[in-house]
Amino acid sequence: MSAAHPESESRLGDIAPGDEKTSDDIGRGVRGYLIGLVLATGLSIVSFYIARSTLVWAPSIPIALSVLAIAQMGVHLVFFLHMTSGPDNVNNLLALAFGLLIVMLLVFGSLWIMTHMNHNMMPMDKIMRMQR
Amino acid sequence: MSTAATLNAPAGGRGHGHAAGLTEEEEHGASKRIVVAYGFWIFLISDIIVFAAFFATYAVLTDSTAGGPAGRDLFDLRMVAIETACLLVSSFTCGVAGLGAQAKNGRVFQIAMAVTFVLGAAFLTIEMREFAEMIEKGAGPSRSGFLSAFFALIGCHGLHVTAGMLWLLTMMAQVAAKGYRDDILRRILCFNLFWHTLDIIWVGLFSLVYLVGVAV
Repeated sequence: MSAAHPESESRLGDIAPGDEKTSDDIGRGVRGYLIGLVLATGLSIVSFYIARSTLVWAPSIPIALSVLAIAQMGVHLVFFLHMTSGPDNVNNLLALAFGLLIVMLLVFGSLWIMTHMNHNMMPMDKIMRMQR
Repeated sequence: MSTAATLNAPAGGRGHGHAAGLTEEEEHGASKRIVVAYGFWIFLISDIIVFAAFFATYAVLTDSTAGGPAGRDLFDLRMVAIETACLLVSSFTCGVAGLGAQAKNGRVFQIAMAVTFVLGAAFLTIEMREFAEMIEKGAGPSRSGFLSAFFALIGCHGLHVTAGMLWLLTMMAQVAAKGYRDDILRRILCFNLFWHTLDIIWVGLFSLVYLVGVAV
């Protein structure tokens, strides 16, 4: 929250993305970032560990890694970008939700269409033979 | 709902603001810090969508190695772990710099920004060495569809980090020259958002490009 207009902003009930309600206290702010750093580091270590171990059933490793990545992104959003579910954050969260919708459509749509196309394509060597 | 009222502030303010005049409109409008940061947030989300397009291209082309090397032949996870550590800690120091700027504490701000810069530079150095080694091995971007998509995706992130570091130096210089004016504080907030977003994108990249590439 801006130190310049604390009054007008508290009356408004909205905060800027990245701002925190109680960031006037520098010690509390640092503590929040430290919690985020510890959680994110832990999730990263787990990701790196399971990628090369036999702890997780091998075919499910990509899914496990995706889940861990999404969890870590959530940690970053909450502790570094201060996205909360509070009413003062609705605008920021809605913009993010729309962005995520587009990202999902883009990534899963592309994968879906392209795997089906690859599936329906004639194998390359057969095409080559037909051209001869 | 207060949030809806804020979104519609210009239109709504004109509607019933006749009696009170301009002060009414000012009362209902968001502060400049919120408006600027929100606008920049929208830009960042569109940037994430750009990365999603690059990532979708990569995901579609991972198996199109054209007989060349695949991910598991090329990626060095130790280096990726160091890169990840650099960006994670730099995200923390960047947040501390933001807090220092809010508290108008010059020493905290400048030292935390300098550490952020050094960590960003270390990240970029490792990434450039990785690229150079791959190109030397004959696994450059023109080798296969997979490698074209890989270099485009990771290179796009690297370019963003480079731009972020230039911005970081600009902010250090502006604070030194002009002090903690409101507009400078807004720029520091936007820089913070930018740097944290780059870190979030890197989380996706190291998990789904490097780790999945090696595991599969």
